[in-house]
Amino acid sequence: MYLEYRVDGGDFQASGQAAAGIKRTLRQIGIDAEVARRAAIVTYEAEMNIAIHAYLGTISIEILPERIIIQADDEGPGIADIPAAMQVGYSTATEDIREMGFGAGLGLPNMRRYSDEFEIESQVGVGTSVRAVIILPAKEGN
Amino acid sequence: MNHGVTMRDIVVKLGCEVMAGSEHLDNPVAFGYSSDLLSDVMAKVGLGDVWVTVQTHENIIAVGSITGVSGIIIAGGAAPLPPTVRRANEEGIPLLVTVKPSFEVIGILYHMGIKGRSEK
Ligand SMILES: Nc1ncnc2c1ncn2[C@@H]1O[C@H](COP(=O)(O)OP(=O)(O)O)[C@@H](O)[C@H]1O
Ligand SMILES: [Mg+2]
Repeated sequence: MYLEYRVDGGDFQASGQAAAGIKRTLRQIGIDAEVARRAAIVTYEAEMNIAIHAYLGTISIEILPERIIIQADDEGPGIADIPAAMQVGYSTATEDIREMGFGAGLGLPNMRRYSDEFEIESQVGVGTSVRAVIILPAKEGN
Repeated sequence: MNHGVTMRDIVVKLGCEVMAGSEHLDNPVAFGYSSDLLSDVMAKVGLGDVWVTVQTHENIIAVGSITGVSGIIIAGGAAPLPPTVRRANEEGIPLLVTVKPSFEVIGILYHMGIKGRSEK
């Protein structure tokens, strides 16, 4: 199964559509609640990073029998220092965005923590790509 | 988690207003969490927990829905924005508003037997 969402930069008021969509879909197909929760958290953080830090992006989600692949690609400023960005508490978010409770510098660490495989690539002035994989628990009796 | 507290019990105890999700007030409460940083809530709040925050915008419902909370309490008296109320109703999440500040709300919840997740 394949899902794709477009995310506009700056549209963080109404965001979270991709995360809501994946959670609903995973529950419908009977995926374990805790796994669905992890996938939705990763998706939400990816979505928010595009909305807050980039100009335009897509989130694509592939649901395979044994894994969920969450891919976020954006056109945006990119990240110059990825190891710094991966640190808990590192954020370049503006004061307005922080007041809304975003910009705690926990998004990328959350994504890494809740996924089984995590990769990030970025080119300054071009954009950023994040790929997170969540391994599905083997179904009993299969 | 054997306190048996539901969102309805919290509404009665706080004497607060239910802005949305009133048909889900029988949701049992597991643990409690309080934070105004959305990514922090994402990382810490658990399925069935009650979340106390002063944030009022629509993203609190996205966070509450993704993490599967039993309800959200907006402390400090600020009213939720209309899209927040609409989305809480759509997602079926009890949304409570109280003038009491977070500290007092948490104290009351604690007295009701609701603990933090790390204390289990
Ligand atoms: N898609 C992106 N495009 C550009 N910069 C990004 C992107 N995602 C993350 N960043 C950078 O990495 C930092 C840390 O990201 P994150 O851990 O999600 O924290 P936060 O979003 O709260 O700032 C951001 O503040 C930003 O500087
Ligand atoms: Mg982020």
